Amino acid sequence: MNESLIDKEGTAEEAVKLGLFPYEYDRICEKLGRTPTFTELAMFSGMWSEHCSYKNSILLLKTLYSKSDRLLAKPGEENAGALRLNDKQAVVFKIESHNHPSAVEPYQGAATGVGGIMRDIFTMGARPLVSLNSLRFGHPEKSRNRYLLRQVVKGIGDYGNSLGIPVAGGELFFHESFSKNPLVNAMTVGIASVESMASARARGPGNLVVYVGARTGRDGIHGASFASKELSNESAEERSAVQVGDPFMEKLVMEATLEVIQKKLVVSIQDMGAAGLVSSSSEMAASGGVGIDLHTDRIPAREANMQPFEFLLSESQERMLIVVEPTKYAELKAVFTKWELEAAEIGAVTDTGLLQIFHLGELYASVPASLLAKDAPRYEREVKEPVLPQAENHEIRDFANALSQKNEASAKDILTAILSHVNIASKKPLFRQYDTDIGLMRKIGPGQNSGVYRVPDSNQALSVTVDGNSFYISISPYEGVLHTVAEARRNIISSGATPIGITNGLNYANPFRPENYYFFESTIRAMSHAAETFKLPITGGNVSFYNESEDGPVLPTPMIGMVGLIENHEDALPATASPITALYLVGQFLPVLSASQYAWILRESQGGPLPQIDLAEEEKSGELILRANALKLLQGATDLSNGGAMIAALRMIFGGREVLRNSLGLTLHGSFAQSEGADKLLFGETAHTYLVAVTAGKESDLLTLAETQKVPLQKFADVTDNGSLTIGSIKMDVADLQKAWETGLEKYFR
Amino acid sequence: MKAGILTFPGSNCDKDLGNVLREFYGIEVEYLWHTSAFAIEHDLYFVPGGFSYGDYLRSGAMAAKAPSLKSLREASEKGRVITGICNGFQILTEAHLLPGALIRNDSLKHICEWVDLKGEGEFSFLPEDFALPVSHSEGNYLIDPDGLQSLEENQQIILRYRKNPNGSVADIAGIQSANGRIIGLMPHPERAFFPAMDYNQSLPIPGKTFLDRIFARV
Repeated sequence: MNESLIDKEGTAEEAVKLGLFPYEYDRICEKLGRTPTFTELAMFSGMWSEHCSYKNSILLLKTLYSKSDRLLAKPGEENAGALRLNDKQAVVFKIESHNHPSAVEPYQGAATGVGGIMRDIFTMGARPLVSLNSLRFGHPEKSRNRYLLRQVVKGIGDYGNSLGIPVAGGELFFHESFSKNPLVNAMTVGIASVESMASARARGPGNLVVYVGARTGRDGIHGASFASKELSNESAEERSAVQVGDPFMEKLVMEATLEVIQKKLVVSIQDMGAAGLVSSSSEMAASGGVGIDLHTDRIPAREANMQPFEFLLSESQERMLIVVEPTKYAELKAVFTKWELEAAEIGAVTDTGLLQIFHLGELYASVPASLLAKDAPRYEREVKEPVLPQAENHEIRDFANALSQKNEASAKDILTAILSHVNIASKKPLFRQYDTDIGLMRKIGPGQNSGVYRVPDSNQALSVTVDGNSFYISISPYEGVLHTVAEARRNIISSGATPIGITNGLNYANPFRPENYYFFESTIRAMSHAAETFKLPITGGNVSFYNESEDGPVLPTPMIGMVGLIENHEDALPATASPITALYLVGQFLPVLSASQYAWILRESQGGPLPQIDLAEEEKSGELILRANALKLLQGATDLSNGGAMIAALRMIFGGREVLRNSLGLTLHGSFAQSEGADKLLFGETAHTYLVAVTAGKESDLLTLAETQKVPLQKFADVTDNGSLTIGSIKMDVADLQKAWETGLEKYFR
Repeated sequence: MKAGILTFPGSNCDKDLGNVLREFYGIEVEYLWHTSAFAIEHDLYFVPGGFSYGDYLRSGAMAAKAPSLKSLREASEKGRVITGICNGFQILTEAHLLPGALIRNDSLKHICEWVDLKGEGEFSFLPEDFALPVSHSEGNYLIDPDGLQSLEENQQIILRYRKNPNGSVADIAGIQSANGRIIGLMPHPERAFFPAMDYNQSLPIPGKTFLDRIFARV
């Protein structure tokens, strides 16, 4: 040991207890040229955890496509990805997972997940514009699942509502594999002024290191390593590793942070997330090529007698670390005082490249910052293709039979079963609990294809979505990911926006099992391929492994977050229809029932193969939608996904009925009104396809445009004002169907 | 004309309200920070929505004791028009500038949606299909039977929900003081100036329809 270090030695046994592998301990000793102190070992355990180091994913993540003329921050270099929107503004966006905390303490777990991703965004000097969330639970029939669902939704709502950031959308899916390990991913999209964006790179030896925000307590110690192992029956005991959120404090920190960045008072800034102070300080020092000396006894503490390692690893929320020039410190402190926040000078930037930890004048740790932040071991794990769900016989004729027998009751029962199923039903019981309007930027809120919110002080609007398809991935990950990216893109395009970038939240089980790693590796290859084809940069993302319980792994679930741009916000396209219009299917329509939600709901069949997907066809149909919208040929548009054309059409009608308070109806057209192959045509899932409501009098223009661009187009239905769904000679009341859709999920929230 | 908007560290509808007042009424707006008293030199005052000091105690309970509230009380004595919206309504009841209290919604959940409203008394001119957005967890208006009777008799109830979303007594969504100078609203008129995508733009703007009548009192 270094003679000036006074701390006790960190032993190999201690290392294992802290979650490090023996060979990782050897690597630490080798790189340091000595054994580490206990404090140093604790620092390594946080920084070399999966959660902080991405040690089992980073090599593959580096291969992701990320080219764009708009790119301002390279993936991984700053807290979140940033893309230029116009001469003055940039969009900053990212996803973060909070799965394990939400499994044991759903309210705080979800709330602090929202808080964490908000800090990643405003740390860059961007004011959060909207947030989204992507959720997975076991079926809410079971009380534990229902409890997790309700508490997570409440946690997300309470935190975001108090902070005053609207929810623009999200997605939700239920499957038994998520029962003990729900997935809670949160995404935030913010707007920054390009000229005053903040950096996380520490610079300038002699500059001060300032701690601001909430006081440090012992909460969340080892949170990063808790997130980096499997959940077990004992996990409930680890509730103390879950942090507690204070959205009011976050609001103060946000306003003060944005103010000091805008006033150009900071050299660099980073929030304290996973692995708290050790993570923020070592990353800032390493990325700036400098050292930092910290004095933990100067940190505002909430509890007495805290040890250096506790200060370093605490994940107390709502805290930031700032590097400031000494001459600007007083002005910076004044801003924080105005917001009634503590700002404490706890150290300084040095030219040693070392992160040194002092406590009451004694040295507890002295480690190269880059060794902590950048030189964690990196592994590419073994890949083995697992046994994937086999193709099943998907000859379902239930709806065809009902139609051919003119059995209205039976047809209605099937439609009701699909519409009211938790994976299809209206998500309003969730987003009714979120403030969706605050900020007054909303053009289109949650519940449609994507959220569309105006860019403040500009004519532009952003379209934002997050999408995942756990079913498809579990059946065939490579094609499944192509589908997921393509569907997110269709969500953006059907709102009238041009997609500009991708972020992601990747959720899998233990990476040490080659069968699990197979899903991750396939995801990376497919996502990069799709991104390159669509010329969309992947600006960053989040990886969460170890999502499993003693019941087994969760369905592998990559969530794709996508941002699109509408130059003139007036061109935003809703997913609703109003009378009198016609609905057309646009794009190569190749519906199949295998892997569909229809087959799952009626037969509990989960097998493949997936629908065909051709990215060139995706580009063609997308291009047509954007052209048609520019020519004002469309009144509304939606993409086809779970539930197929029938559910897409009904949702457009439901949307129109809600807005206009009228009695819209739908009369299916041509082959769609016949019994032959009805199940597949109406409920089969397909790539490439949009359903559009044509502007009155513009049908022939749309047909001509589709012909010149060689995009298949077929009429699906007429929108009427008679309140009925008419399929051939069968008629049913749309109001009843709408009720089934609206109450399917709502009953679990009462 | 000049409006004063009281702001607390946790206010989050203050900017939205100020922007709407400037854009649609062309008036000057001054934000009045919670830590200090202010001179009564504005024509009307607003207490905006948000979470004043986090509202971990009862909503508005701490804000009711803020230095700026002393000045607001003085403004009320001078007969200035004061409108509290959402958290602002909660603060005004906690400060006893308006009667009653606002407690947790009976569903125990936050509600963010448009609600159909019926105007009463001076607001009975509001159209049959009048609606405004709400967004609150504590909008359940509570008052004792005598208090309610007195509200009814003095025509102090100005807005009622057509379909009660939160358990409020007598479907109350908005009230005013006996002299009509202090108004408390759970709905957010400032959020009803930018009609939804599909809103027929030739129709009246609901937020403006409502706030025009408040401005008429100044």
